[in-house]
Amino acid sequence: MKIVVPVKRVIDAYVKVRVKSDGSGVDTENVKMALNPFDEIALEAAMRLKESGQASEVVAVTAGPEAAQQQLRTALAMGADRALHIDTPADIQPLAVARLLVAICDREQPDLVLMGKQAIDDDANQVGQMLAALQGWAQGTFISALEPGEGEVLVTREVDSGHERLALPLPAVVTVDLRLNEPRYPKLPDIMKAKKKPIEGLTPEELAVDISTGLSVLKVEEPPARVGGARVNSVAELVEKLQQEAKVI
Amino acid sequence: MSILVYADHDGSTVTPATRSAIACAQVIGEPIDLLVTGHDCGPVADSAAGIPGVNRVFLADAEHLGQQLAENVAPLLENLARDYSCVLAAATPAAKNILPRVAARLGVQQISEIVRVVSPDTFVRPIYAGNALATVQSSDPIKVITVRATAFDAVAADGGNASVEPLDAGQDAGLARYLGSELHASEGPELASARVVVSGGRGVGSADNFSLIEGLAKALGGAVGASRAAVDAGYVPNDFQVGQTGKVVAPELYVAVGISGAIQHLAGMKESKVIVAINKDPEAPIFQVADYGLEADLFTAVDEFRDALAP
Ligand SMILES: Cc1cc2nc3c(=O)[nH]c(=O)nc-3n(C[C@H](O)[C@H](O)[C@H](O)COP(=O)(O)OP(=O)(O)OC[C@H]3O[C@@H](n4cnc5c(N)ncnc54)[C@H](O)[C@@H]3O)c2cc1C
Ligand SMILES: Nc1ncnc2c1ncn2[C@@H]1O[C@H](COP(=O)(O)O)[C@@H](O)[C@H]1O
Repeated sequence: MKIVVPVKRVIDAYVKVRVKSDGSGVDTENVKMALNPFDEIALEAAMRLKESGQASEVVAVTAGPEAAQQQLRTALAMGADRALHIDTPADIQPLAVARLLVAICDREQPDLVLMGKQAIDDDANQVGQMLAALQGWAQGTFISALEPGEGEVLVTREVDSGHERLALPLPAVVTVDLRLNEPRYPKLPDIMKAKKKPIEGLTPEELAVDISTGLSVLKVEEPPARVGGARVNSVAELVEKLQQEAKVI
Repeated sequence: MSILVYADHDGSTVTPATRSAIACAQVIGEPIDLLVTGHDCGPVADSAAGIPGVNRVFLADAEHLGQQLAENVAPLLENLARDYSCVLAAATPAAKNILPRVAARLGVQQISEIVRVVSPDTFVRPIYAGNALATVQSSDPIKVITVRATAFDAVAADGGNASVEPLDAGQDAGLARYLGSELHASEGPELASARVVVSGGRGVGSADNFSLIEGLAKALGGAVGASRAAVDAGYVPNDFQVGQTGKVVAPELYVAVGISGAIQHLAGMKESKVIVAINKDPEAPIFQVADYGLEADLFTAVDEFRDALAP
């Protein structure tokens, strides 16, 4: 089984993001960047399938600026065999990413595309479903368990009031949720080895994909601040305030 | 602006979140039609037809639609969508699974989880776990939109009388195969639409101790929620998670117990009307958003709180 893992470079999950004063976006200068946490989990899942002999090759792919190659190096250090970098602006949108991934699937012919359920910058939660639809493939989204079967994968999805199990004929797209696994930290020797692994450069033109979409961002603002911080000294005071002042109980 | 709304339902009625999506649709334009899909879901269509402001209800009823598999539902929406300028749904797990497939097949860029309608083509949506708000404009001929239900007051459940029209249910796509599910019936109000939510975090310490949270929730007539850490540790099931990657709630009263207040958690509850935090660490970031912060050990404070509510 060959696996493609699409990954995105995002601001680290624990950085407090700042909105630029001109309203053009959020500040990414001198900010710690990372692999999207969900994509790390997808990579970990792919590596476990490879280590147990169930996957033959793992290819990481990203669409982004040159700096996104840092995140491909992390993917290679986690164990991916090779990586593809499609040179695009950082603010590329989900439909365009999905169209690029269609072209990558044509070239790579994967059995499984294993990816994050959501990028924590745009919080779109779209690319996996879009790719599956464009390919006419089955999808297993928001999964917390994955098991290969004969010509299919069995997945457990996190749904509204519990879990749901599906069998997906291959090829398929699977998007992972937080509870699938705990991703590994690459060790120093793996980081060194990753430096020698190949990153192939591609452009949307070479893939014959138009990356424009019908959506434009007019402005980005700070949300209205919530005024909190008031304290109460006892449960009795809390209950009194909730009854008399807030009138919510 | 004719609008088609995908109706999420529980097998008998349309969810409150869908009624919030209809409220959002009313800001964008009219007429508003609904698509109900499922198996033996005639009663859902009848309940949908009673929602004021709804023009027509399409009902696609067939065995292969029983589990809301995206591969089977998306083509129905896609076919209908060509007669509309907007396809819209509440951002529930079901709709998040289905709508991007519809958008991709229509060749349009979906707009996820809008919280405000500026004009029929311009919308506001949170990004970066709600740390920023983006105003986006769509030039696509058909807008495909998911709506954050907490940002719109649900329309009434009855008072209207739309027509119900059967729709060709299409074929089973023969892709994903449903194997089964483990669903748990929760007592009390539904988390996403409850008036009061009491959430527990890692500080609660164990699944057994979560009975404290349940007791307080019951006394307040509320629903139980949790942080990711509490879910990961197995204290409560996954669908209790509130936050960036869990449920978004905006009750009148949110009580966070033993929760530190990470941005990913705040993303799911900071629009609550009144926030109470009970935490023994005076520096916990949850206090910065709390209207009433109580620095205390939850193992004494929660019982005291519950007892104070007893009649
Ligand atoms: C991509 C991503 C997505 C995420 N999505 C979510 C999400 O959707 N929802 C979410 O919640 N988190 C999410 N997280 C995790 C988030 O970053 C935090 O790790 C998590 O919210 C912490 O949970 P907690 O507050 O319960 O635990 P902790 O941060 O460990 O806090 C426990 C708190 O309990 C207090 N406490 C301990 N004992 C007591 C006591 N006896 N009495 C009173 N107080 C006590 C402590 O002082 C502490 O403040 C996400 C993280 C990532 C990276
Ligand atoms: N620019 C990108 N390059 C490669 N993969 C991406 C990119 N953007 C998103 N993805 C993948 O799509 C998933 C969902 O992203 P999104 O739909 O944008 O929330 C991510 O977890 C990644 O696996």
